[in-house]
Amino acid sequence: MTDTMIIRTEDLTKAYGTKTAVNHLSLEIRRGEIFGLLGPNGAGKTTTILMLLGLTEPTQGKALIDGYDCTRQSMQVKRITGYMPDNVGFYSDMTGRENLRFTARLNGIPEKEIDPLIDRLIGKVGMTYAADQKTGTYSKGMRQRLGIADVLIKDPAVIIMDEPTAGLDPEGMREFLSLIKQLSVEDGKTILVSSHQLYQIQQICDRVGIFVGGSLIACGGIGELGSQIAAQGHYTLEISTEPCDDRFLGFLGELDGISGISKEGSTFVISSSKDLRSDITRFLGTHEYKLLHMHQKGGDLDEIYRVYFEEAEKEGDEDHDKNGSRKHRFSHRGT
Amino acid sequence: MTRTAAGSTVSATEGHERRSIRYHSLRALYRKEMADHVTSKRFIIILILVIAMTIASVYGAVTGIKSAIMNAAEDKNAAFDASYMFLKLFTTGGSSIPSYMSLIALVGPFIGLILGFDSINAEKNNGTLNRLVSQPIYRDSIIIGKFLASSTLIAVMVMSTGIAVGCAGFLASGIQPSGEEIVRVLIYLLYTIIYICFWLAMAMLFSVFTRHAATSALASIALWLFFAIFMSLLAGILANAAYPVNTEYEQAVNALNNYNLKLNLNRISPYYLYSEASSVLMNPATRAINAVSYEQLVGALSSYLPLGQSLLLVWPHLVGLLALSFAAFTISYIGFMRQEVRGT
Repeated sequence: MTDTMIIRTEDLTKAYGTKTAVNHLSLEIRRGEIFGLLGPNGAGKTTTILMLLGLTEPTQGKALIDGYDCTRQSMQVKRITGYMPDNVGFYSDMTGRENLRFTARLNGIPEKEIDPLIDRLIGKVGMTYAADQKTGTYSKGMRQRLGIADVLIKDPAVIIMDEPTAGLDPEGMREFLSLIKQLSVEDGKTILVSSHQLYQIQQICDRVGIFVGGSLIACGGIGELGSQIAAQGHYTLEISTEPCDDRFLGFLGELDGISGISKEGSTFVISSSKDLRSDITRFLGTHEYKLLHMHQKGGDLDEIYRVYFEEAEKEGDEDHDKNGSRKHRFSHRGT
Repeated sequence: MTRTAAGSTVSATEGHERRSIRYHSLRALYRKEMADHVTSKRFIIILILVIAMTIASVYGAVTGIKSAIMNAAEDKNAAFDASYMFLKLFTTGGSSIPSYMSLIALVGPFIGLILGFDSINAEKNNGTLNRLVSQPIYRDSIIIGKFLASSTLIAVMVMSTGIAVGCAGFLASGIQPSGEEIVRVLIYLLYTIIYICFWLAMAMLFSVFTRHAATSALASIALWLFFAIFMSLLAGILANAAYPVNTEYEQAVNALNNYNLKLNLNRISPYYLYSEASSVLMNPATRAINAVSYEQLVGALSSYLPLGQSLLLVWPHLVGLLALSFAAFTISYIGFMRQEVRGT
């Protein structure tokens, strides 16, 4: 059975008491793609992942990985799915190699195949130099790379990573992301990455899903989402000029379709419902302003995420208003 | 028809596969836990404790028995009982050194606690548990593997110290064991293993339900103190409240009930069960553990109890200790199976 969709959730719901952590999630992930599950902390990303691995039971709905039911056939699911948890931990008294050997044994890999496999994998993640050190001495980035080797031991079809980039330095992040990309391109693995760090994830994902308050509010390729936002009339322009005076601000205020102007340092951030770039450049040219910086936002994930997140919050607020808990919202906003 | 046949073969191979998964993952976990224990610093602490205990108790027993014999030789009136001398190696202490039996009753629970108190929550805090549960293993294998590894270690430790005390005592004193004595010692060591495994199960129970290893260690030590010290006080208070024995009349009416209630309450405690069982096993002169009336003693021969009869007396204790251990393990097992394992 070769379905093009390797991960499929149908109406997946998880409630803890009265709180709904995941709300009727229907998601499909294609074989071989990198899918980014994005959302703020507490959006239900980890809960979704736990349900995919059969580590927690859904209240309603079901999840399938490669045709196996994640709740009832969790053993088969775990055999083809590698999971790298948030803040991956190793037995600190054992060396990297010993930790991997333990995982290999748990997966029932024959003894004589274990050592060559481990050598190959730690070479792949660039950890050969530290393989015989105790993992207690490892840095976060080293643990993360060993985590990838650990996940690869069972040669999974699907790799699920929960917040893998949290706490990595920029260099470590770059190496880590290229490693993930490599796994997808060279080895054809399907990779599901959850994160709240939108910008980094955007660089490697084929598609992303934006997850807020337990619901998937948008799903698709980065470009797709960007044009969706543009179609809705959300533009954000960053501009800084020399001189940066009140006449320019006055001009901006008179333009059509402006929904807000704010000043961040020497840069104006203009929200509008249409593309203002030609109007502004014409004004700047005729009045001899020097243009220092201009950047139309939108199409990048930060922007997409901000817009969708605001929308979801607005809807949430309307619900709140119905219940008359406006006060709560304000105090929440204030923090 | 063909469909059902195909279905059954599939389930048969699946069943076989399932057994093999359980086997190799349990074995991998067991090996890892054993290696962890044996190479850990706390194992060195346990080892030092146990070796010191063994040496001290052998020394105490040999000097104690020697002085008892000397006293008997000097004083013609004092009769010296030379039967079951080998058992006395385990039950006799020196002037200030407790016997092996009382030492292991004291130290044993701590060995169980040390091996078990952080078995689950430390893995949770280090983030290794969620990596572990995402491997293709059954979740119960984790807790069973941990329990089996620790209990194997306990069994090896208890057996080797027991045999060491026997051998060293034999070499130092020249007391030859009879077959019955050897069997008694072995059964006594078996009880000790089960008793320590109860504390292991208890410590694992706390480690499943508490977040920090320190909390579970303190909780298990508190429970041990309760059973070892406060349980008997509590039993006395409750028995006196239910059956007062303050006046002579009350004594006449209530004495037996009071004693029985106190005894039964005490027997809830694994500490009491174990000490009662070990004193019966290691001291054949113990003829009864319940209240005995004068009528029952009429015509009784004042002799030692044979092994079979001693075993009959302590059989319920074995069942009780096993039941308590199983209860503790079952609760932690169920708790662990129902817990959601999240990253910290």
